[in-house]
Amino acid sequence: MSEETNPWEKLKAFTDARIALGRTGGSLKTQELLQFRRDHALAKDAVWTELDIPHLEQGLQKLKLKNLILQSQAENRESYIKRPDLGRKLDEHSKQAIQNLKLAPSDLSIILADGLSAQAIALHAMPFLKELLPKLSGYSLSPLSIVKQGRVAISDEIGELFSSELSIILIGERPGLSSPYSMGIYLTYNPKAGNTDEKRNCISNIRTGGLPYAYAAEKLAFLTSEALRLKLSGVHLKDTFDHHLLNNESGKN
Amino acid sequence: MTISNQFIFIPHQFTNPYQNHISIGKLEINPHFDYMVYQHTIGNFSYSFPDLKTVLAKASPEKSGDQLAGLAASTEKERVAAKLVLADLPLKLFLSEEVIPSEIDAVSRLVQDSLDHKAFQPISHMTVGDFRNWLLDYQTDGEKIAQISPGLTPEMVAAVSKIMANQDLILAASKIRVISKFRNTLGLKGHFSTRLQPNHATDDAKGIMASTIDGLLYGVGDAVIGINPVSDSAETTLRLLEMLEKLRLQYDIPTQSCILSHVTTTLELIARKAPVDLIFQSIGGTEATNTSFGFSLDTLEEAYQAGKGLNRGSIGDNFMYFETGQGSAHSANAHHGVDQQTCEVRAYAVARKFKPLLVNTVVGFIGPEYLYDGKQVIRAGLEDHFCGKLMGLPMGCDICYTNHIDADQDDMDNLLTLLGVAGCNFIMGIPGADDVMLNYQSTSFHDQLYIRQVLGLKRAPEFDEWLLKMNLIDATGKVLDVQGNKLLKL
Repeated sequence: MSEETNPWEKLKAFTDARIALGRTGGSLKTQELLQFRRDHALAKDAVWTELDIPHLEQGLQKLKLKNLILQSQAENRESYIKRPDLGRKLDEHSKQAIQNLKLAPSDLSIILADGLSAQAIALHAMPFLKELLPKLSGYSLSPLSIVKQGRVAISDEIGELFSSELSIILIGERPGLSSPYSMGIYLTYNPKAGNTDEKRNCISNIRTGGLPYAYAAEKLAFLTSEALRLKLSGVHLKDTFDHHLLNNESGKN
Repeated sequence: MTISNQFIFIPHQFTNPYQNHISIGKLEINPHFDYMVYQHTIGNFSYSFPDLKTVLAKASPEKSGDQLAGLAASTEKERVAAKLVLADLPLKLFLSEEVIPSEIDAVSRLVQDSLDHKAFQPISHMTVGDFRNWLLDYQTDGEKIAQISPGLTPEMVAAVSKIMANQDLILAASKIRVISKFRNTLGLKGHFSTRLQPNHATDDAKGIMASTIDGLLYGVGDAVIGINPVSDSAETTLRLLEMLEKLRLQYDIPTQSCILSHVTTTLELIARKAPVDLIFQSIGGTEATNTSFGFSLDTLEEAYQAGKGLNRGSIGDNFMYFETGQGSAHSANAHHGVDQQTCEVRAYAVARKFKPLLVNTVVGFIGPEYLYDGKQVIRAGLEDHFCGKLMGLPMGCDICYTNHIDADQDDMDNLLTLLGVAGCNFIMGIPGADDVMLNYQSTSFHDQLYIRQVLGLKRAPEFDEWLLKMNLIDATGKVLDVQGNKLLKL
């Protein structure tokens, strides 16, 4: 029966949920079972894949960005997953590396971290930065940090060591079954080790089929300028970007 | 042999057997100390633990959350030593030693105040080990267990579960039926229910309705049709409540609906005369956990009283719906040095005060830093179900995992089968097991058909009757071809 004539199939148009799957007896049909297993395989592998650093560095060179490779105290994926606290702190060597640079304070620290999906960073970080950087041309930047085994809160320590007013971390989000390579961005004003999550603003779901790069970059630039102007971030920095867009008669692409 | 310095290590010869020790089995109580010495000897080594909460933590089956908190046993030998100490502890001791003092914790106060000392009498002479034996005895049936249940503290229940094998957890739980009622009868022997969970990434009404219809066509939804909203706003909750109410009335479905909003949002909606069937809240086993969830026990009492005035249940008045899960106290940094499973059972002490329709442990949602893999999730699911039932709760389980846990759908199949055998009251039904809003995997519409088929489990009787009338199932409970069914014409 075609989709037009089968009323059950028609329901699929209203949701991404896995409905109208059909059945054999009470069970899933072979194709649906294996489709699910394929999606889970992608999501699971995404968690265990390491950052491809040479590839990222190549991309950053093209964007003419200086970079620094850093590592959290989580030595490997297993430790990263079992010990979230370790993923939030830089290892001694990385701390030294920043301190040895003896740089002047900057407006912004931009950080790339694997998080729970290194492939999200591999896919989305460069095209996103290409959109973002021209919008940040008025600010001074620390060298871009690439962090292995990093969690969101590591952006506090890095921003603090660079004496930046604002830290911005691009990080791989926890893979969903239908979205294994999704990137999130967290912005923190006055980054200091020990900050908690209510001090951050978040833009999530940047992926193919999710939030487009241009829209996310525009939104981040807006939040950056607002955070620096108001000298705060988090729950007190109201995300009025969409409202602001509406007033300017532009919109989501 | 290596001994970690994380626990106190006393060579056996240092404990003088001729000193004035009172011995209860292998447990030694030393009157020269202000506190009990919890101690056990294995080979040439004696393990000793400073207090009850340490014994409970070290006796716990391996969980990454207890390791993260630095509470877990460092070796299997230490773990089994703690289990041996625990097995010899008198149940009476649990009445005198609180793991979290009442002075600083409202859940501990609730436990003290609500304990039925008369119900405790028949088992008051037992050790934890005796209690396990009693639970498994042929002579001990569900009725006997139900009689002593109000006399149990959550710590006694956690303790006995820690010395039980997986099969013990299944066998003992299978003796206990906890029946609850609102518009249908849940928890009867040989019956097994499902929550229809039609979540949508933007709370879109048509999207939610599409998943709801899909679920009903598989005979899902007798426990509740329950939506986790993306937005906790009262407006969203009201809109979704009214939509489900309309559907229920239009087809005369003998079930209840729930939008899983914060209890304070639901209270506001009750005041506005919204069609609230069930009052939902996620709860934890310490006051500080519940504070982090944004409510106090007084808030729950207020909600319970408000719910009583609604009188919307047609055949019963169980209208509270609680969700729990091991690791919640730990992730809120609110555990007071108590292991995650003991904290979980303390949450059941909160739940039992309010005679809920449904209690649901969301077992694998919290992530691998609390339950690392399929083995830990399966153990936790069996523990939670057993402990909840022993505490007298209508226990269900969200059999689930996230993609960074080392588990897969086969592990969920295993836990589903085990819980089906154990007599679990209900599970989740999610399209294709994939929740597109919460981004985790649970059990599907198809999964519940599987467990019904292999174990011969029926739905709530009123719901089965409705499905039969709607031409969705046959007399044996098998789902029928639905082409042309009037539900699809909605």
